[in-house]
Amino acid sequence: MSANLEELADRGYAYGFTTDVEQETVPPGLSEDVIRLISAKKQEPEWLLEWRLEAYRSWLKMPVPEWAHVHYPPIDYQAISYYSAPKKSIGDGPASLDDIDPEIKKTYDRLGIPLVEQEFLAGVAVDAVFDSVSVATSYRGKLAEQGIIFCSFSEAVREHPELVRQYLGTVVPVRDNYYAALNSAVFSDGSFVYIPKGVRCPMELSTYFRINAKNTGQFERTLIVADAGAYVSYLEGCTAPMRDENQLHAAVVELVAMDDATIKYSTVQNWYPGDKEGRGGIYNFVTKRGLCRGARSKISWTQVETGSAITWKYPSCILRGDDSVGEFYSVALTRDRMQADTGTKMIHMGKRTRSTIVSKGISAGHAQNAYRGLVKILPTADGARNHSQCDSLLMGDQCGAHTFPYVEVQNPTAQVEHEATTSRVSDDQIFYLNQRGIGTEDAVSLIVNGFCKEVFKELPMEFAVEAQKLLELKLEGSVG
Amino acid sequence: MLEIRNLHAALEGREILKGIDLSIRAGEVHAIMGPNGSGKSTLANVLAGRPGYEASAGEVLFDGQDLLALAAEERAREGLFLAFQYPVEIPGVNNLYFLKASINAIRKHRGQEELDALEFLERVQEKAGLVKMDEAFLKRPVNEGFSGGEKKRNEILQMAVLEPKFAVLDETDSGLDIDALKVVADGVNALRSPERGFLVITHYQRLLDYIVPDVVHVLVDGRIVRSGGPELAHELEAQGYTLYGREAGASRRAQA
Repeated sequence: MSANLEELADRGYAYGFTTDVEQETVPPGLSEDVIRLISAKKQEPEWLLEWRLEAYRSWLKMPVPEWAHVHYPPIDYQAISYYSAPKKSIGDGPASLDDIDPEIKKTYDRLGIPLVEQEFLAGVAVDAVFDSVSVATSYRGKLAEQGIIFCSFSEAVREHPELVRQYLGTVVPVRDNYYAALNSAVFSDGSFVYIPKGVRCPMELSTYFRINAKNTGQFERTLIVADAGAYVSYLEGCTAPMRDENQLHAAVVELVAMDDATIKYSTVQNWYPGDKEGRGGIYNFVTKRGLCRGARSKISWTQVETGSAITWKYPSCILRGDDSVGEFYSVALTRDRMQADTGTKMIHMGKRTRSTIVSKGISAGHAQNAYRGLVKILPTADGARNHSQCDSLLMGDQCGAHTFPYVEVQNPTAQVEHEATTSRVSDDQIFYLNQRGIGTEDAVSLIVNGFCKEVFKELPMEFAVEAQKLLELKLEGSVG
Repeated sequence: MLEIRNLHAALEGREILKGIDLSIRAGEVHAIMGPNGSGKSTLANVLAGRPGYEASAGEVLFDGQDLLALAAEERAREGLFLAFQYPVEIPGVNNLYFLKASINAIRKHRGQEELDALEFLERVQEKAGLVKMDEAFLKRPVNEGFSGGEKKRNEILQMAVLEPKFAVLDETDSGLDIDALKVVADGVNALRSPERGFLVITHYQRLLDYIVPDVVHVLVDGRIVRSGGPELAHELEAQGYTLYGREAGASRRAQA
């Protein structure tokens, strides 16, 4: 990928191309009929259709949330198409890697995501979601040997309905919030992971989300269950073509960790952010939540958010099991007219539960970047501890950084600490690096990478390198 | 090597350097001494190209090249090094990583290959020994949490690793105890060579006991009022700058 770096930089957003592939797209509009149609296309059981309809009926009654520090015109939900799939894949979903439409395979090649096993990122299993459907999942056979299930959500519904039914909606209920309800009604595909008792997943699992079709929303659903003593590290990446209209991405991710299980979930989000004037871009309104159900379980979120016109998400942990651990490491970069309102919620229920929050917000241009976090210690959480650190870095004088920490402590034995800083990339720092022969662009990326270091070190190694490069590209031209 | 002719410079519209003439040949160490506010640090900053410092008249030739036309990073890549009076902290960026970025930027400019990790590390370790810097410092973020003395030693370490053609030391002795001062001076002396020039800026003669200069200049009110051999430093130590202050004041009145 690095050979293309210069070319990428020139083009600004490097992933803005579209793929010319025959697609079947449901006409725009949302109704019970559309939901029935999606469910029928996916050959879903009756209980799932009912679940969707219940979500839809709840959604209709819910008000649009307006509390976030973001601004955008009202979304016309009747103008969005809720299902779009490459024609060739309709029906059976991804079969073997050889059956993928060559155009789609080319798309993923251009994105640097190998769908062919044994290439480049050997040791990383990939599930590729193209608009509304999963088009390929690699290394399934190898994983199955250890009882690990890694497949598209649709397939999981068909092949492992009992598991899906057991866990779906247990972490993010259908009525949880406006966008989660919408997702529950219309979700099309996503990834499903189940790691059996005592199994340590031998490779990184990843899902690569791509929006291609025009006027389409992407509503994927991911469910990861780590049974007692299991371990899994999972990564998601996302890109979309450059289009002048805004597109909605409203995903739901649910994680369940049983006794002594660990789930590490990393995101490198690079949806199309819109142009310099703020035209187009993805609205990334996502609900991500993990439930530490068992004792000594651990869920760790790491996110590098560099794209989207608006990012609105709070990967959270419900620490129900005693001695369970929640972590949230975040870098959110906004530039030009981008807006981000992101953070986490740590809900302490179990005894001696611990949580760590490290949030790094970077703002350049006219961008607005807000950290919003809740630390809630319930009466049952004896000896709970939290440490939060929220740092903001400003570049230029037109951007904004905001921190909204909410702390609710209902148990006197809890220890909660919050630190926050705001700093600028100073002229003195840049001059110091210039004086050592380092050009200004490189100086800025060095300073920013230093600022983000605590978060990057949490990413799996290959992705840490990619994230660092991505950030450099994104910062290009942002210093005057 | 460095030829300064009638250099005038201003900061925020206020003229601070009022016509400096200075010629430093390769292999020479020149010291600039002067009272607070005389323009010593301004000279260092103008030479290094710090934004905000405007050269309003005159010229500076560095190996025959118009130094003032170059951006700060280009001056550095051409071999001009400034040891900062107040080195800044760069949180999260480890010293080694920073040094490597620096050395490779300079090597790239010179058409040299990047140093591989092993060569680089050997070179840094050798130079760290020179300034008696513990290797643990190399892995710490640049200057973060360093004491004053550690920061100054880190500057000398960078100089030793980068091997510049010409180095400006801006009050490198300020805030150092005698042991740290000796370490810094030893580091500088080890780098003295027939190919390299130094401009050592200091308020006190003390540093010049350890880094013995070839020429000492006295800077007062933006002008060099006197130049001489190393003995001039001792004279200043004994008499202070008052004499020159009056002279300078007198000349200013005479001009008005």
